[in-house]
Amino acid sequence: MTAFLALVRKDLQIFFGDTRAVIMAFAAPILIGSFFGYVFGGNQNKKESTRLEVLFVDQEQGLVAKQLLASMQQDANLEVTPSALEPAREAVHKGKAPVAIIIPVGFGDQAARALFGSGAKPEITVLFDPSHQVEASMVRGILAGQMMVAMSSKPGGFSLPFMTKDEALTARAGVAYNSYAHSFGGMAIQFMLFMGIDVGIGLLLLRQRGLWRRFRAAPLSKIVLLGSRAASAMLVGMMILAVVFTFARVVFGVKIEGSLPGFIGVCGAFSLMTAAYGLLIAALAKTPEAARGLAILATLLMVMMSGAWVPSFMFPSWMQSFTKLVPARWAMDGLDAMTWRGLGIEEALLPIAVLLGSTVVFGAIAVWRFRWEAD
Amino acid sequence: MLTAENLKKAYGSLQAVDGVSFRVGPGEVFGLLGPNGAGKTTTIGMLAGLVAPDSGEVRIAGHHISGDTSPQKRRLGVVPQELALFDELSAAANLTLFGALYGLSGAAAAKEQDRVLTLVGLADRAKDKVSNFSGGMKRRLNLAAALMHDPQVILLDEPTVGVDPQSRNAIFDNLETLKAAGKTLLYTTHYMEEAERLCDHIAIMDHGKVIATDTVAGLLRQAPVSSFVLIDLVANDFANLVEAAALPGVVSATLSGRQLRLGVQSMGDLPELLRWLLSHGGEFEHVQTERPTLETVFLHLTGRSLRDA
Repeated sequence: MTAFLALVRKDLQIFFGDTRAVIMAFAAPILIGSFFGYVFGGNQNKKESTRLEVLFVDQEQGLVAKQLLASMQQDANLEVTPSALEPAREAVHKGKAPVAIIIPVGFGDQAARALFGSGAKPEITVLFDPSHQVEASMVRGILAGQMMVAMSSKPGGFSLPFMTKDEALTARAGVAYNSYAHSFGGMAIQFMLFMGIDVGIGLLLLRQRGLWRRFRAAPLSKIVLLGSRAASAMLVGMMILAVVFTFARVVFGVKIEGSLPGFIGVCGAFSLMTAAYGLLIAALAKTPEAARGLAILATLLMVMMSGAWVPSFMFPSWMQSFTKLVPARWAMDGLDAMTWRGLGIEEALLPIAVLLGSTVVFGAIAVWRFRWEAD
Repeated sequence: MLTAENLKKAYGSLQAVDGVSFRVGPGEVFGLLGPNGAGKTTTIGMLAGLVAPDSGEVRIAGHHISGDTSPQKRRLGVVPQELALFDELSAAANLTLFGALYGLSGAAAAKEQDRVLTLVGLADRAKDKVSNFSGGMKRRLNLAAALMHDPQVILLDEPTVGVDPQSRNAIFDNLETLKAAGKTLLYTTHYMEEAERLCDHIAIMDHGKVIATDTVAGLLRQAPVSSFVLIDLVANDFANLVEAAALPGVVSATLSGRQLRLGVQSMGDLPELLRWLLSHGGEFEHVQTERPTLETVFLHLTGRSLRDA
């Protein structure tokens, strides 16, 4: 036990003595998590969501177009600004505005005739930045609804026969979605996996620096040698999660809306998996140099497929199924479930089981393939 | 105390160690002398239980090392060829760690730490980070780390590589202190001067085999000459080198610039040699003699220089 604890203490001393490693492990996920959280909407309890800028080109100057402009300006999702045609076209072309709507001359009368089936339909041109196709589709939908409102002011006009009531299904009623919960979880996962790479490379460096000879010359079991490294990696991993989520709680109001034991369970299981991942790297690579490139590539792929960068629901359906083979995806889903989704511990059990299973598989391969002999 | 019997180890088609045997007693320094690649480090690896031999056996005080956690490992201290230290930690933290690997903790560890730091002359640098140490200081700490658990047998794999003469002498002093304390030391090196100074017995290794083993004096007796005569000639146009080499009592003759080097079987032949030289165009201005070294023995046994092998 003396040797085990001494080896763990040594790893922690070295880790916390390395400013670069500490910054990478703690500050980087906070900085990048803050950025992604803001980009994906932030804490919607605290501020309004970003409004989509739309340029409105009124070539008709008639009543319907004016009504349409007024009603679109009332829409909470849009920031509609009147514009002339050429400046609007130039703004969209240069990427300064994502969408512009052009109401042609004679639109009101033609639209009224078309509404009752006696004339050709007038054409509204929608100019859009090709990199904002989703926003363009959204504007088309809003435009259709607002057009009905505008047309209702015409004699014999009508309005939509229904209204919608939106309800975001988060932890519970009154709790808004907080995208910082996802982004901080994602970045913690990413940088813990990077820490796992350092664990593997650290073991390979022991061999290169002759320290492995010293360790193997001592009366230590393989369990002590690898187990101590795994234990110190798990401790650092838990610290990363604790610091990152504490920051997110204090600064961005991220709460564990679901089960706290479930959250701790997911964090613990993922920390263990990260430690086993590090041992696997050390077992499969021959040199630190060889390990670094391949492990970084594998880690980035794993992070990408986990949904840490962009939520996995944005993936194509086949990829959503495929990425369930990636352990980090289960960590991400588990953290989401225990934070902003506010689910119970039963929803954490499967992610925990998958992560622990991955730990066993990675650990077993590591022990099987590890080069125990000193060079 | 330490016995190796017919140790063999191959890596693929390379026979790294081929039937090495020797015995080292308490208070004795045994040297493994040989060029790089001779099999010294692999031999140390097998002695320390780091490398499994293909055949043969190692015994420490009559016991085998069996398994990772063998208690016999506590009798051994290994000083690797590399500076096997954590640069990021202080000297004290390194020693605490390496002591803990052998179960030392608390006051016992602190006491041993003081003892070994004093031995290697680093007591006043205990709190300093190893990264701030000079190469020689790191070498001394590398030795201290192997002594924390007070082993009976110390395996030293080229412990003076890359150090300045002052640190080398300090390490030699440390090793002589350990020898005087009755420790068994096995020392590998490719520096013949070190082996001659430190070792009671030496095994000369080449291509994985022990090609000669004896005391230093015994090995030197295997040299084909009793002395070398170095003669500084006045001119550099001496043309009778072949004839000089063929003189009675002369084993070898080489000419380097104006210096003629003759290997002779007996110093009693020297007056006759000098007279012959003067009468054959070899006017000289200075003469000195050198005794043969282990390098001479290695050259004699292998046909190659120790440093160039």
